[in-house]
Amino acid sequence: MPARRVLVLLAHPLLERSRVNKALWEVARSVDGVMLHDLYETYPTADIDVKREQRLLSEHDVIVFQHPFYWYSTPALVKEWQDLVLEHNWAYGKNGRALEGKTTLNVVSTGGPEQVYQAGGANLYTVKQLLAPHELTARLCKMTWLAPFVVHAAFKVERPSDLGQHLDEYRQLLEWLRDDQLDLAKAAAVTRLNTDLKSLQKTGADA
Amino acid sequence: MSNSILFQALVYLVAAVACVPIARRLGLGSVLGYLIAGVLIGPNVLSLVGEGAHVMHFAEFGVVMMLFLVGLELKPSLLWELRKPIFGLGGLQVGGTAAAVAGVGMLLGVDWRLALASGLLFAMSSTAIVLSSLAEKGLLKTAGGQATFSVLLFQDVSVIPILALYPLLAVGGAAVTDVETKAERAGWLQALLILGAVALIVFAGRFVIRPAFRLLAETRLREVFTAFALLLVVAIAWLMQTVGLSPALGTFLAGVVLADSEYRHELESDIEPFKGLLLGLFFISVGAEIDFHLLVEKPLLIAGLLVGVMALKAVVMGVFARFVFKLDKSASWLTALGLAQVGEFAFVLISFGEQNHVWGSEVSRPLVAVVALSMLATPALFVLLERVVLPRVAQKEEARPHDAVAHEDAQVVMAGFGRVGQVIGRMLRMSGFGVTVLDLDPAMVDLLRRLGQKVYYGDASRLDLLVAAGCGKAKLFVLAIDEVDKSMEVAELVRRNFPNLPILARARNRTHYYRLRKLGITRIVRETMASSLQMGVEALREMGIRAHTAHRMAGRFRRHDEAALETMLKFQGQGDDVWLSEAKKALENAEKAMRDELMGVQADRDPGWDNTSLRDEVLSRFQDSAQRAPPPSEPEAS
Repeated sequence: MPARRVLVLLAHPLLERSRVNKALWEVARSVDGVMLHDLYETYPTADIDVKREQRLLSEHDVIVFQHPFYWYSTPALVKEWQDLVLEHNWAYGKNGRALEGKTTLNVVSTGGPEQVYQAGGANLYTVKQLLAPHELTARLCKMTWLAPFVVHAAFKVERPSDLGQHLDEYRQLLEWLRDDQLDLAKAAAVTRLNTDLKSLQKTGADA
Repeated sequence: MSNSILFQALVYLVAAVACVPIARRLGLGSVLGYLIAGVLIGPNVLSLVGEGAHVMHFAEFGVVMMLFLVGLELKPSLLWELRKPIFGLGGLQVGGTAAAVAGVGMLLGVDWRLALASGLLFAMSSTAIVLSSLAEKGLLKTAGGQATFSVLLFQDVSVIPILALYPLLAVGGAAVTDVETKAERAGWLQALLILGAVALIVFAGRFVIRPAFRLLAETRLREVFTAFALLLVVAIAWLMQTVGLSPALGTFLAGVVLADSEYRHELESDIEPFKGLLLGLFFISVGAEIDFHLLVEKPLLIAGLLVGVMALKAVVMGVFARFVFKLDKSASWLTALGLAQVGEFAFVLISFGEQNHVWGSEVSRPLVAVVALSMLATPALFVLLERVVLPRVAQKEEARPHDAVAHEDAQVVMAGFGRVGQVIGRMLRMSGFGVTVLDLDPAMVDLLRRLGQKVYYGDASRLDLLVAAGCGKAKLFVLAIDEVDKSMEVAELVRRNFPNLPILARARNRTHYYRLRKLGITRIVRETMASSLQMGVEALREMGIRAHTAHRMAGRFRRHDEAALETMLKFQGQGDDVWLSEAKKALENAEKAMRDELMGVQADRDPGWDNTSLRDEVLSRFQDSAQRAPPPSEPEAS
């Protein structure tokens, strides 16, 4: 099975103080065949090199956005990145085919627990629903957008070891993405990837 | 006989034109050139001219003009700013020298008036020779050079009171007589006339001369303007003479009054050539008057006077400089030896003294000889100063040993703590990283220490110092030295002895950058790049470009520039032709790219945020669908 090229874009302005994202980032770092790109480290002054980003995107098949949930969305630099990098007639539009067929998803850490992120909860919507702009952006660029991988209640995490299961699942996810072991249709349909990650693995018939 | 005047003029001019350039070539200066010309054509050598006393008289007018220009160029603000060295050090030098010479003279049994007059005379130094020598040797901006300049300035100003003083030192003379006036005047009338004349000059200068200039300037005839300038000088000189004052004083005063008029530069440029020629003539005639027989007859007297006066001057100057004004050793030696000669003003005073019966020709001749010889000796003195004295003195000062560096566990070692190093060092220290800083400028080190910054005096190109500073354990070496060769020296040393120590280097220019890259150093920052980009952004904003766009353009510029830098790196060291053509190509590519992107921005076609192409596409889709569904008002096509 030819490996799919996985790109993980990290967007965290204060990684030094992060617990969840830092741990997730370490996991991503340890998986073979995964390309890492730290946005805030590469562009400390938000001076995004569009051509370079487009090249990176062209060279990969799976684009993973890993970030904390700031105001129900991504940190600001991701927005700037989207505004600049996804050019008309490159990423979308009549002649924009560069991203066609690729897969994209968000790996999110939230403060609030899962209960609040649903229809009856305090935040009214699921994380997947709140990520609608990302979903639609992916659609317009003719990409497949999967449900998010969410680590809830990040504030309760004291040590990386508290994250044990999440970290294992993240590693699993990245490996399956790389080895094309993920059932993309199912992954797009669920509300949250890591509610039941195992169920998303491709069965023998698709492998 | 007209023939003779023509011949005289010819002789003088040939002498000047021949001798002065040669003298300058030999480093002797133009004044000496004129003197030598005079010696050559005078009665002692070629005997082409006689003892032109009348020539000298005529040429003295050059001195009058010179003082007019001195007054014109006097900047009161400069005088005020430098008042301490000018009036302090200068005053001490003139007064001290005069007093010392007078004292010695009186001990030797000379009349006190004669002694004082010659003391004042000997106190003068040669502005022309000294300033041009200092400028040539690049010593003008040093502390010693500035002190010398201040003293010379004071001497220029002090000529006026000295000229006023001389008549009072006349032996046996009490009443003020003038060659031109027929009768003596009563004291009070004299004083009144003087005051009146001065007032007239000041008044005329402020209210009459400037409107007159304006009128004349409108004629646009240069020679009329020049004629008026000359008229001015001559008129004042004549007025002063009639009243019994020194013409030079009058013209000096007029110069000061006109110094801040808008015609100052015109006046300067008009009078300057005349002054130059006449002064040259004056020095030539002085040279012709040097009595070589005297040198032969009384060598001991002349030699004794010469050595004695110069030594005395040097000592007086040196003592005042070092112990009263606290200048350092090299500055003190510079002023002492530089000003030891007796200057051209002395010639003026000598003949003035003779006119005013302060002394007779039996005194003035040896004086002339001594002054001329002292000027001849000056170039030699400067050479002595430069080659022998200063190096020896400077060495003693540099023998300040480098500070003992406390062996710290600093994580960063920095060489160079100037404008660049200080910012980096403070940023690191504020963030809690220990930085051991080495700098080679003792004054800077002392100042910074007083500001509470920790820095060691030492030469970072010495291995033992680098080891003591902790390079073995450090995590980063910051090379912030501005001087390119020194920086490379340190870079090579660190690379060779601490190969695992990362270096962050400051590059003064591209060549420096490439040399550092050649050593394998990659973290290099060109010192002016960031600030120039910032100014570029400001400039664009001033021209109306919005801030964010300007910043993005700067970002693009920087990226292209860095890419070009990398490209050109490959071609370093190859032949000039190759390098030049590749450099040109890189520049053209960068400019083309910039222009394309600039046109894109200016036409609002920055793709990221612009929606022109998007609008076009959407509009075309509307048109498509409009064509497919005909408007309701139209009948169905059959």
